[in-house]
Amino acid sequence: MLKVDNINVFYGVIHAIKNVSLEVKEGEIVSLIGANGAGKTSTLQAISGMLKPKSGSVSFMGEDLNKVESYDILKMGMAHVPEGRRVFAGMSVKENLEMGAYTRKDQNEINDNLERVFMRFPRLLERKKQLAGTLSGGEQQMLAIGRAIMSNPKMLLLDEPSMGLSPLLVKEIFSIIKELNESGMTILLVEQNAKKALSISNRAYVLETGKIVLEGDAKELMENDAVKKAYLGG
Amino acid sequence: MEFIQQVINGLQLGSIYALVALGYTMVYGIIKLINFAHGEIIMVGAYIALTSVSFLVQMGLPIWLCVFVAVVFCAILGILTERIAYRPLRNSPRLTSLITAIGISFLLQNAFMLIYSPTPKPFPKMVTAAPITVGSLQISMSALLTIVISIVIMLVLQIFIQKNRLGKAMRAVSEDYGAAQLMGININHTISLTFAIGSGLAAVAAIFYCMSYPLVEYTMGTMLGLKAFVAAVLGGIGVIPGAMIGGLVLGIVESLTKAYISTQLADAVTFGVLIVVLIFRPAGIMGKNTKEKV
Ligand SMILES: Nc1ncnc2c1ncn2[C@@H]1O[C@H](COP(=O)(O)OP(=O)(O)OP(=O)(O)O)[C@@H](O)[C@H]1O
Ligand SMILES: [Mg+2]
Repeated sequence: MLKVDNINVFYGVIHAIKNVSLEVKEGEIVSLIGANGAGKTSTLQAISGMLKPKSGSVSFMGEDLNKVESYDILKMGMAHVPEGRRVFAGMSVKENLEMGAYTRKDQNEINDNLERVFMRFPRLLERKKQLAGTLSGGEQQMLAIGRAIMSNPKMLLLDEPSMGLSPLLVKEIFSIIKELNESGMTILLVEQNAKKALSISNRAYVLETGKIVLEGDAKELMENDAVKKAYLGG
Repeated sequence: MEFIQQVINGLQLGSIYALVALGYTMVYGIIKLINFAHGEIIMVGAYIALTSVSFLVQMGLPIWLCVFVAVVFCAILGILTERIAYRPLRNSPRLTSLITAIGISFLLQNAFMLIYSPTPKPFPKMVTAAPITVGSLQISMSALLTIVISIVIMLVLQIFIQKNRLGKAMRAVSEDYGAAQLMGININHTISLTFAIGSGLAAVAAIFYCMSYPLVEYTMGTMLGLKAFVAAVLGGIGVIPGAMIGGLVLGIVESLTKAYISTQLADAVTFGVLIVVLIFRPAGIMGKNTKEKV
């Protein structure tokens, strides 16, 4: 479904992503793990068009994303929940969700999706009119995910959805990710919380200073000594 | 009565400031640029309206149609300046685009001086209806039109920004344009739309201005633009209702100062008000006093 082929990303002279290739098949949850600064966010941004890789290609459902305008990528069915949530702070919860459906024209469909999001996140319903900037971190994360699924995407990129959340909320967010996957969404997940991420994933890639150093079945990686030592706390 | 008369004069002038201030504030909101060329759009609007009047007369059409010609021309000019001058600099340091804006300002002034000569040109009278008398109060038709139409325009704009899909996209882009792009919003189109609206409003302001000061010259946009900028800052730059309030407050202060203190001091008082307000409310009357959240 998603194929990343040998991409390179530079920030000025910093070579942040070095020949990264990865693949996500339809229906999978694939996670991308790695230390701070390894290049996880940059990889997701290069996939969703937030930045253009210097070389290499990204293709989504057989189409070369290099030839697609960044703002059209969502229309093709790929949504991205960016690092740090980035909800529109000065807009209400409902308006944020509506922005998620910006590319959708059918008002009935939008209303259905809105209802579905509110069903999944009842807390957002209670705070429908509240400004997003005044939500708690966990609520903002729910809003960011809710906003991304307002467009009925086929694929969801998630950048550290558990960052800064209490253990209880982390659990909730991971079970939501699993549910979304079961409802048919393909997922590429970036996480610091490698243990949790691996436990819900089919496959995973390990990124180190801009390079993929390991890849494989999530269960096997959980047993891998190097992975255990570096990312699973022994 | 004299006092109310002065307040009405102030509202008239303030409506003009407010329309221009909206352009500053909307552009600032979306690309964080103080568009110093914005004042010149008023001047361009006035010249274009003036030129179109003679064509309209030849064709036997009513001359107030010149408003539409000016609005369309200025909207296109606004889109073009952004496209040609500011867009290539979007990721450069802010100072670079600021200096570019000043450059555009001189460019427009000089171009229009060359095209129309430096001699001021009279603007034909558009409103001939007699003033309305309420008790001992006389309200000129041009004052009434300026105030009422400006308020209607501002209300429509406010509804557009709050409720319309494109209006919401403008707000989203001004909050976070990476995230807005992820929502499928075309950032460039949204910015163009912002410039078009801001410049169109400046053209409307130009015509209202010419209704009470019927003289068109190539420097006319400078002081007017500067005061409208003060109004935008006074109201809280980047905040749309702020520009409206800031414009009206500034107009009234200026008119009352002229009437009761001194005509010569009017501009000094205007800027004095700005300084005093900013001491107590650094973000302006309606500005959000929040630190940026990371
Ligand atoms: N805008 C930028 N300008 C310069 N360097 C950048 C920029 N963004 C990222 N980098 C650098 O690129 C490298 C990869 O950053 P990236 O944000 O992709 O890492 P990450 O794996 O997501 O880290 P984290 O887990 O901390 O979020 C880092 O060394 C970072 O300093
Ligand atoms: Mg990151």
